[in-house]
Amino acid sequence: MLKELAIILMTSVLVNNYVLSRFLGICPFLGVSKKLDQATGMGVAVIFVMLMATATTYPVYYFILVPNGLEYLQTIVFILVIAALVQFIEIVLKKYIPGLHKALGVYLPLITTNCAVLGVTINNITDGYGFVQSLVSSLGCGLGFLLAMVIFSGVRSKLDGPETPKAFRGLPSTLIAASIVSLAFIGFAGIIDNLFA
Amino acid sequence: MEKNSKLSIITKGFFKENPVFVLVLGTCPTLATTTGVIGAVSMGLAATAVLICSNLVISLLRKLIPDKVRIPCYIVIIAGFVTIVQMLMHAFLPDLYELLGVYLALITVNCIILGRAEMFASKNSPVDSMLDGLGMGIGFTIALFLMATIREVFGAGAFAGIEIPFLKDHTISFLVQSPGGFLVFGLLIAIVTLIMNAQGKKAPELGCAGCPAAAVCNAASGKCPEKEEKKGEAENA
Repeated sequence: MLKELAIILMTSVLVNNYVLSRFLGICPFLGVSKKLDQATGMGVAVIFVMLMATATTYPVYYFILVPNGLEYLQTIVFILVIAALVQFIEIVLKKYIPGLHKALGVYLPLITTNCAVLGVTINNITDGYGFVQSLVSSLGCGLGFLLAMVIFSGVRSKLDGPETPKAFRGLPSTLIAASIVSLAFIGFAGIIDNLFA
Repeated sequence: MEKNSKLSIITKGFFKENPVFVLVLGTCPTLATTTGVIGAVSMGLAATAVLICSNLVISLLRKLIPDKVRIPCYIVIIAGFVTIVQMLMHAFLPDLYELLGVYLALITVNCIILGRAEMFASKNSPVDSMLDGLGMGIGFTIALFLMATIREVFGAGAFAGIEIPFLKDHTISFLVQSPGGFLVFGLLIAIVTLIMNAQGKKAPELGCAGCPAAAVCNAASGKCPEKEEKKGEAENA
């Protein structure tokens, strides 16, 4: 059981990294990775919302949608639940934990339309995970997102020196740097088989 | 004159305001579904269908939807059409449904669709909005097709699943893996930047103009939110 959870966690952090190998959540990855502290803030906020979203959408799917035969409403219901949840978290944090709200507040509204959060909730259902497995998988995806953001913000601080050709300045060089970081993550492809063989 | 302006609403999405290469919206599906031409084109067409329908409905309801809750309303409308497209594809094109997988559901949070709702459909007549949706959708499909052609021809030595004699023995297989997506996209944006620079226009930036969270995002990343908003308005004028 524990081994299975460890495999799910490692797979979603390193092998199926949401940003670098499944291309989910590219907008914040490119938009908010200029500085390390912002990248970390965004990453932590995503982990938090992914866990909460999974903890909410899982019971909604299995205890409300499935018994009533409404599985086809999955997309609509999940996006609404996530949007409401993000609003709710923001209000609660603002009222009770102002310190955390100050640190994560600006990133929370961004996450509503982040495809990584909707993606992880849908993938957990599609993969047929149980409740604990879903939570672990969400934690892994969030950690993978944080890892990619932090590594990439380090790479980005070295970009756009005076020697970059004019046409490559800005977005193109960022994307090509992302390609190289993503290439590094391909190296993890066999790690699960070797670690847990 | 009238006819020309209608035509220009459609054609501006093809190149001048191409949603992927110039406005830089919808990067996730652009990278994820372009490993093969068939997947890319079907993704483009599915998004086009959703875009036309959602633009029409949002434009019809634009005077009814209160300003404060407009984003949730748009998302529900878009999610509704995505569900319809999903069900139709599941019933009639099960292979494509399997191929696109989760990315089909993720059309809901595609910033092109939400962006066009916010930038165009909420301010223009239903007919214009539909034409805008059509143009932007075709522009999106063209961009995906271009990316997928480069990646599939050189990465897998095939075109839409049909093998190409010489190239299939000399594939650059990393192009169809994830790093190849970033690389090809980066190179194509560089080419667009080169063309835009030659014409004296502004180089493409990560598209925040249409994103509903633009103001927050720009505040978080230290850019000036008002400037971005004005840019969006100027575009609609």
